[in-house]
Amino acid sequence: MADYSNLYEAVVNGDNKAAAAITRAALEANADPLELVNQQMIPAMAEVGRRFECEEYFVPELLLAARAMKGSLELIRPLLAERGAQPVGRVVIGTVKGDLHDIGKNLVASMLEGGGFEVIDLGADVSPERFVSTAQDKKADIVALSALLTVTMPSMKTTIEALRSAGLRDRVKVLIGGAPVTEEYAAQIGADGYGANAATAVPLARKVLGK
Amino acid sequence: MTLLEELTASGPVVTDGAWGTELQARGLPPGECPDGWNLTAPERVEEVARAYVEAGSRVILTNTFRASRLALAGYGLGDQVARINQAGVEISRRAAAGRARVFASMGPTGKLLLTGETTEEELRAVFSEQARALAEGGAEAIVIETMSDLAEARVALAAAKETGLPVVACMVFDSGKNRDRTMMGATPEQVARELTEAGADAVGANCGSGIEAYVPVCRRLRSATHLPLWIKPNAGMPELIEGRTVWRMTPEEFAGQVPALVEAGAAFIGGCCGTSPAFVRAVARTLGEER
Repeated sequence: MADYSNLYEAVVNGDNKAAAAITRAALEANADPLELVNQQMIPAMAEVGRRFECEEYFVPELLLAARAMKGSLELIRPLLAERGAQPVGRVVIGTVKGDLHDIGKNLVASMLEGGGFEVIDLGADVSPERFVSTAQDKKADIVALSALLTVTMPSMKTTIEALRSAGLRDRVKVLIGGAPVTEEYAAQIGADGYGANAATAVPLARKVLGK
Repeated sequence: MTLLEELTASGPVVTDGAWGTELQARGLPPGECPDGWNLTAPERVEEVARAYVEAGSRVILTNTFRASRLALAGYGLGDQVARINQAGVEISRRAAAGRARVFASMGPTGKLLLTGETTEEELRAVFSEQARALAEGGAEAIVIETMSDLAEARVALAAAKETGLPVVACMVFDSGKNRDRTMMGATPEQVARELTEAGADAVGANCGSGIEAYVPVCRRLRSATHLPLWIKPNAGMPELIEGRTVWRMTPEEFAGQVPALVEAGAAFIGGCCGTSPAFVRAVARTLGEER
């Protein structure tokens, strides 16, 4: 197989035009789409996450990398679908009821899409009932909840309880995040995981699904 | 002498504390738009403003933090921009009654430029609209606060400057290992330099990860600008206890950090999340400005 490490570079550098051009050329040359994803793009996003952790990268670089990744994935996805390849998982995401802040949630959604997940974004101020019905209808693997305000954090607990009442709690993993949210809070309300920032979203989502 | 020079001539100035929690204590339901109360419960908003004046605030803000068209739209109040902002300034002016200056608050829109959720043109239009209404209401200065994105702060600053009023521009430093960067990664030096160049009359930091963390941030802002510094930190980090948000820091602990902030160059000192009139009273006492 030809060397496509320039795709890795393009994603790490957040260069969406280069990423799309390299992907298109690679596919025309009959490169294996799955290998492009697994050997270039996923390691590239892992490197982006590493750079975020050590403060070489901040939110703008994360967003640009996720956008480059997403653009390439859109070219590759039809080919993967032809072969019957599935997304890594299906995530229903939203900011919980009473909370209108969606910047953090949007970042996490972009990272997950970039990480090969199918993301159903319900927006902000999402009721527990809507999380439940969407998780049910779309057969979600993960429900991801965001809150920026301390006063809306209890809506996370209410949403988990609604998933339990609907008999879905054993079928979906619940991940939570947002400025006031902590690991302890996640444990306290019975979530499956907590992410301190958008860069942790993909590794965390893969981990709870055992992938 | 400009207004800001006049205010700071005899030493650091006490500003106000949090409004959202004070309004909630007076019955504002969680999730409801605090700024909407300027029209529907102005007497409660005035109580909060008056509590700060009585506690010793020499500058109070206005209940207009979310009153840009984009932020109000989330609450279905996008068509009330002018009324909510003007009412907000009028309420604070009534409460101040000449005992405190009224600086009007402008917060972020909640939309990101980088992802294309909004554009500079749209931001410019919504901030201009809000700033105009605040000026018409009689604000003496405008405070751009809680900004995470320097690009958005610069647009808000340019829009606010159009009114001819003095403009304070401050951002949140809460990211990175040392909690000394903005969400977008800007350093205090970069923020101070860019906002000074963009024409701010004072620059600063608010919200964030607590007052201790803002002492070094203040020192670094000081190193990069000659402008007065505006600092309004949180009372530490909140803890959630039995479903209720609790800020454990006491007014005395908060005020204990004030001399360090003054030493680091702060000219205006108040509080953000978790603070109350009791905190302002403690800060005023520390600065020898009791009412």
